[in-house]
Amino acid sequence: MSRLGSLGARLYRGEVGYDFVAKRKIWYGISILITITAIVGLAVRGLHMGIEFSGGAVFTTPTTSVSADEAREKAESAAEGHTAIAQKLGGGGLRIQISDLDTAAAQPVQEALAKDLGVQSSKINTQLVGPSWGEEIAKKAWQGLAIFMILVVIYLAIAFEWRMALAALIALIHDLTITVGVYALVGFEVTPGTVIGLLTILGYSLYDTVVVFDGLREGSKDLTKQTRYTYSEIANRSLNSTLVRSINTTVVALLPVGALLFIGGGLLGAGMLNDISLALFVGLAAGAYSSIFIATPLVADLKERDPQMKALAKRVRAKRAAVAARGESSAESEASEDARGTADAEEDADEDLEPEDATPAGVVGPRSTGAARDQAARNQPSRNRGRGRPSGKRR
Amino acid sequence: MAAPKKGRRSPGAQGRPGRALVGILVAMVALVGGMFLSGNTTPRLGIDLAGGTSFTLEAKNEPGKPNAINKANMDTAVNIMERRVNGLGVSEAEVQTQGRKHIIVNIPKGTDAKQARKQVGTTAKLGFRPVLSIGDGKPTKDPGADKPKPKPTPTKGADKGDNKDQPKGDEPTSPTPTASSTTQGRALPSALKAPTPKPSPTGDAPTKPSKEQADQVKKAEELQKQFAALDCTTPKARAAASQQAATRPNTEPIVACDRKGEAKFILAPVQLEGKHVEDASAVYSTQGGSGWIVQLDFDGKGGKQFGKITGELAKQQPPQNQFGIVLDGEVASNAEVSFAIKGGKAEISGSFEQQEADDLANILSYGSLPLTFDIVDETTVSSALGEEQLNAGLIAGGIGLVLVILYMGIYYRGLALVAIASLGVSAILTYSLMVLLGEAIQFALNLPAVCGAIVAIGITADSFIVYFERVRDEIREGRTLRPAVQRGWPRARRTILVSDFVSFLAAAVLFIVTVGKVQGFAFTLGLTTLLDVVVVFFFTKPLMTILATRPFFASGHPWSGLDPKRLGAKPPLRSRRRPIAPADTKEA
Repeated sequence: MSRLGSLGARLYRGEVGYDFVAKRKIWYGISILITITAIVGLAVRGLHMGIEFSGGAVFTTPTTSVSADEAREKAESAAEGHTAIAQKLGGGGLRIQISDLDTAAAQPVQEALAKDLGVQSSKINTQLVGPSWGEEIAKKAWQGLAIFMILVVIYLAIAFEWRMALAALIALIHDLTITVGVYALVGFEVTPGTVIGLLTILGYSLYDTVVVFDGLREGSKDLTKQTRYTYSEIANRSLNSTLVRSINTTVVALLPVGALLFIGGGLLGAGMLNDISLALFVGLAAGAYSSIFIATPLVADLKERDPQMKALAKRVRAKRAAVAARGESSAESEASEDARGTADAEEDADEDLEPEDATPAGVVGPRSTGAARDQAARNQPSRNRGRGRPSGKRR
Repeated sequence: MAAPKKGRRSPGAQGRPGRALVGILVAMVALVGGMFLSGNTTPRLGIDLAGGTSFTLEAKNEPGKPNAINKANMDTAVNIMERRVNGLGVSEAEVQTQGRKHIIVNIPKGTDAKQARKQVGTTAKLGFRPVLSIGDGKPTKDPGADKPKPKPTPTKGADKGDNKDQPKGDEPTSPTPTASSTTQGRALPSALKAPTPKPSPTGDAPTKPSKEQADQVKKAEELQKQFAALDCTTPKARAAASQQAATRPNTEPIVACDRKGEAKFILAPVQLEGKHVEDASAVYSTQGGSGWIVQLDFDGKGGKQFGKITGELAKQQPPQNQFGIVLDGEVASNAEVSFAIKGGKAEISGSFEQQEADDLANILSYGSLPLTFDIVDETTVSSALGEEQLNAGLIAGGIGLVLVILYMGIYYRGLALVAIASLGVSAILTYSLMVLLGEAIQFALNLPAVCGAIVAIGITADSFIVYFERVRDEIREGRTLRPAVQRGWPRARRTILVSDFVSFLAAAVLFIVTVGKVQGFAFTLGLTTLLDVVVVFFFTKPLMTILATRPFFASGHPWSGLDPKRLGAKPPLRSRRRPIAPADTKEA
């Protein structure tokens, strides 16, 4: 952990860091590729809708010696022409699905099946679904999804700003598309459980994004009062410094879901637990990816279009050019490690040379210039050079 | 920077952590105590975990009545459905509307699913059938001769009143008021009607009910036999009888029991179908002391027909001047007619209790419900599978919990204790609330809800992570633990509130909008999200404040998870209390 801890610290201070924002084109590219694959998969293969949506019957038998193939044949003969799918469950039971069977016709089938398989009719679990109920569930779910998206965008626009709300929404749609795409491509069955899982991703994927955005919002406070960093750089800083948090929250969220998936799949074979947790697992993973690689870069992109931020970027560039022109030696010796993680050409300013920058630098977001230090910096500017800055010391 | 100000403001909170902890402890004790007091220590389980059968019914408009699916109609339907299901002798069946046009019927294990399906799945049939004969609820020994003869009391409405006798009291005491006159004069006070027509098995048999058609004599005899054999005394027998009666077509006479099993009837073919009832309501009539009565409105055709029937019935001798209101093969009420009731409006009086009047009005309006119901989903779960699923859920939850604790332990060390304690508090609160809500709002824990609870472990733990990371960030700034705990809080609080709000929003929207299992899931998720906020605010934070004063944590013991060295903290800036050169491992 000491490794991890210090890595966390270095990420936090921006000593190490990955430039997520600058390389955003790559991530956008990857995401677009995945999304296209998902959409193509959806278009070509379609979703494998479960019985609940197409209507039909699912029978689950207690432990039986009958093999899945035999059971399928028997089920098909009992259901006269309807297709049946049979699978062996973990506990030795069978799960037999017969599609397009209407609820009234299912009853005799159940009895025939019980007789054929040699189990008591009352011990067979049945689920008979008319297609309209599944449709109702799905319809309501879509409604819920739409309402939620509208509300959450409004909320995020108020709590943060519209750009973040937009980016969060795009990230959310991205997550949902990927999840649905995985379902289409792999051919997992879509059940009400899947819908539930998918809907949970809503809240969860956003949870992650919100945690990152919160850091970003804080980091970019008073941004325009300084000329050291552009918005994108700040965004990247915030992202890196909340990285540990993001990873931890994602891991902790995935652990129980993974347990559900494992138990649901391993112990029960199939069913609600499995369906929910599978959708959740895929969606959470996609959500963690998108809040780091998609949402924040998107915000940065949108922000950089803002005239204020454009002006800031211009100032930052101008200043850097000036610093570079003024000679590298002094600048380098004073270079703060704050700059390390962020922009490539982060030649830090010598504050003595650029007096108008001295105060703002303290006010700026980068958290390593914490309040205490700022005060120190402001109160005793003379100490700035050598002692006040740990960076100087460390060198 | 805003944070330092907040940081300075919040030390006041340091005086309160004890109080907050006591508060949440009291809340816990209250909830757990309430749980034990209520006598339930386990949450109500849904059908998929406890075993049983669950039906989902979808309402359909009848042709020509497009706007029939509304709350009032659905509620009436639920009432009727409840009556039917509970007629099976099921004790804990629950019937609820779900969304706009669905009704969910849950029948616990131990009930014959097939029978239940029949009850639930058939469309209710309400009809008015003239009474041919009435008998005591018990099977009659000698079918041939012994014909019970009711002694209806004269009943009397005002002009339009058609009277009905509600069998009362259990023993068919000898028919007290013998006045069988159908007087045209003013009504006797209804109070007198109360001990009314107890069908008593006196010998004097009414003539055979086969006056109408000569070729029906045989059938009538058949009917008599059935009638004699009919046993209305036990709920089970009644259910069987009504099921049988319900399957008979409207055009045939039937034998049927009343709802209490006190009387049985031979009833003529349906003369008027329930769908002609436009409205029925129970009202309290001050007029003539008749008390609670049921008012009926017929549609045009129904009114005419009703007038015709009552006209005919009024001419008959008792008991054949009565008609039975038959719902699902069971006589909901039988009413005596003294004269033709024209005009499409009628009243049924008979010293009802309010409840009885309401029930009858309900039944009558059900007949007018322009709704039919289809079974769109039927799930039968054997108790074995239910148990298996519950166990799987619990095991998965346990494993998930252990994994989360392990991860927290490895990563946060001492801090993990705070997380574990907080998770524990959260678990206790969630559990006791679920139990209590099971009582209060019929919350049943189903499989998706269990999933929601397991997923919630992650959400709850995430809040702790957000806070812990904040505190650690503050320590990295070179602060000691106590200020770090205070300064980290306002920022963490905001993040937690915002992200929990988003989570809660999702749960709330889903709960309101969606149907069925999705709803159960959304409910747990919403509940646990709320509890997460409660726990973080009133438990985790105060606990951290208190622990920050403990040397183990405050001194940054390597196992506390707050060791400044490991966290790569900067040295304190203004004073160099700690001589250790920080983080020289770092290359810049």
